Amino acid sequence: MDVLKKVPVREQDAKVRATNFEEVCLGYNKEEAMEEAARCINCKNAQCVKGCPVSINIPGFIEKVKEGEIEEAYQIISESSALPAVCGRVCPQESQCEGKCIRGIKGEPISIGKLERFVADWASENGIKPQGAKEKKGKKVAVIGSGPAGLTCAGDLAKLGYDVTIFEALHEAGGVLVYGIPEFRLPKTKVVAKEIENVKSLGVKIETNVVVGKSVKIDELMEEEGFDAVFIGSGAGLPKFMGIPGEQANGVFSANEYLTRSNLMKAFDENSTTPIMRGKKVAVVGGGNVAMDAARTALRLGAEVHIVYRRSEEELPARVEEVHHAKEEGIIFDLLTNPVEILADEKGWVNGIKCIKMELGEPDASGRRRPVEVPGSEFIIEVDTVIMSLGTSPNPLISSTTEGLEVNKWKCIVADEEFGKTTKEGVYAGGDAVTGAATVILAMGAGRAGARGIDEYLSNK
Amino acid sequence: MYKILEAKELTSNIYLMVVEAKRVAKACYPGQFIIVRTDENSERIPLTICDYDREKGTVTIVFQIVGAGTQVMSELKAGDAFHDFVGPLGCPSEFIKEDVEELKKKNILFVAGGVGTAPVYPQVKWLHEQGIAADVIVGSKTKDLLILEKEMEAVAGNLYVTTDDGSYGRSGMVTQTITDLVNEGKKYDVCVAIGPMIMMKFVCKLTKELGIPTIVSLNPIMVDGTGMCGACRVTVGGEVKFACVDGPEFDGHLVNFDEAMQRQQIYKTAEGRAYLKAKEGDTHHGGCGNCGGDN
Repeated sequence: MDVLKKVPVREQDAKVRATNFEEVCLGYNKEEAMEEAARCINCKNAQCVKGCPVSINIPGFIEKVKEGEIEEAYQIISESSALPAVCGRVCPQESQCEGKCIRGIKGEPISIGKLERFVADWASENGIKPQGAKEKKGKKVAVIGSGPAGLTCAGDLAKLGYDVTIFEALHEAGGVLVYGIPEFRLPKTKVVAKEIENVKSLGVKIETNVVVGKSVKIDELMEEEGFDAVFIGSGAGLPKFMGIPGEQANGVFSANEYLTRSNLMKAFDENSTTPIMRGKKVAVVGGGNVAMDAARTALRLGAEVHIVYRRSEEELPARVEEVHHAKEEGIIFDLLTNPVEILADEKGWVNGIKCIKMELGEPDASGRRRPVEVPGSEFIIEVDTVIMSLGTSPNPLISSTTEGLEVNKWKCIVADEEFGKTTKEGVYAGGDAVTGAATVILAMGAGRAGARGIDEYLSNK
Repeated sequence: MYKILEAKELTSNIYLMVVEAKRVAKACYPGQFIIVRTDENSERIPLTICDYDREKGTVTIVFQIVGAGTQVMSELKAGDAFHDFVGPLGCPSEFIKEDVEELKKKNILFVAGGVGTAPVYPQVKWLHEQGIAADVIVGSKTKDLLILEKEMEAVAGNLYVTTDDGSYGRSGMVTQTITDLVNEGKKYDVCVAIGPMIMMKFVCKLTKELGIPTIVSLNPIMVDGTGMCGACRVTVGGEVKFACVDGPEFDGHLVNFDEAMQRQQIYKTAEGRAYLKAKEGDTHHGGCGNCGGDN
């Protein structure tokens, strides 16, 4: 064994998986996990913990894996994370825990994400549940949204003994874990549903089909339904479009629509009653994780897929692993390319996307080199489907119906980082609703902060 | 689960159901819609609210069988339940926010077409409850397809029924009746038209010529109904709007109807195929000329 290298993780073959929706990464078994765990040098001043938004005791749980005590490892992770099976799969470990790992200086860092995933899956298979509260506080908290921020906040508060109800707008709990991230990256029944069951086993109630702001307002929850505090984790659900000519043509979708149809509504399954456009040649505009998810979904539905991104490979905001997987599966990357118009036939159906070549100029406000158009370099890619994956912004349904809740110019709810405290008493917020579109783990970190804030508020009330 | 308290076929292919949905009944207003799912694998079907009873906690919906989802829905009986029923979604009708005394000074005309009669009803009823009598034109293809006539009669100032084939009431399209009423000397300050897209388009063309501001209620393709998917985007006055959160009601004189009608075609082939499968089971293998068979 080479201690400088990660124990390789088994994956579905790229050619095979390009045609199915089964999970790409197969994960470690116990032997592999113990072997990988043995590479950890158990640093006293562990840098990996500092890289984790929810500060999991990483060396602590890895030590238990090394000893083969997986249940103990699980309870250590559970102290800090309500969704380890999810995080082990979708966290950008390379820029967080693994990015700080001392092993990574000379060789490859410890495969912390894969170890976390193994521990969580093992616990799920062996029926191990997180430990709930011993004493009840007798106070009610409403959590709005059942995505990563809401589930984490609800789980933490329930462990502290609060009576927590989550309100979810859609018909199924999970938020972006259910409607956004595809099955092949995050299995819904095997992983997401089980994590949600774990949160429920702590005593958390989930009421679906409640659009807060429409079905009920925050003030009503507090004044009429007796909730002592509220956490808003409603995410960033509004899709952006480019505003270029032809965007209203038939065959142009937001990534949100395309992914929601496939993931939440199961349209990838021929037996689903929800339709999805199965294009032959698809352009996905954008370079983030959502763009990769949309592209790889379209590929699995039988299309030739192009990622159209205006900067270069170096600037792709997607996780390295997602880009790598997408390439392996045969996604074509048209980089330094920006759409200027979507073309349609006489009946209004998309038949092409007109793009212009870009080159990188001086760095812009984000520190990345600004892409500039190359004059006269327009060209057409023939496609029948265009998926816009340009990011999302927070939904104003809650902020516009709640008096005293301040938002900034991007319509993000104003809340402090440490406790998620908003401008309205008793109301806390976190996740994409506050930051704009970010990652699952950052939302979880914010959910955790919100739970701390609410606990402090209600303890002193 | 959301219990169905009453279910009846109003006319061929058009059904009415009274559903227990306490949160929706408490919070809804005319003009808003709900999304319903029959069972845990069903698609999400948006329907404009037809009536509500805050005390009983019920909401009334009316729908026409147009595909597989509504076909399955139509088979439900009183005592059955919907798996999901969420709302109210979208914005209430504009006049809900207006001063009642100001509203009383206005002559309001409603134009309902086909199953669009259902969403017109709660608006006329709401005005009636404020002591405002609005004129209502209800258009139907033929006498047998006419719905909610008695209910509408009870709340409308004047009710004008017209059938395309002349089998009942006046004869001809709703636009003919609008023209007739205006020629008779009627003056309207505002018109609300709800019905098939093509009807709304021609009503708007006419009312624009007549100088009557007109509001329409759009029912484009949508998934979540909360602003998340953008499937329902429509161009209004050159700006892209989401019907689910910005609407469903818009200034009809600014709506790009041709684009909206084109966008309604997106899933027609897939929907047709699913509908035939629901009706005929797996035995359907093409040949109907509509669905492309199993390809």
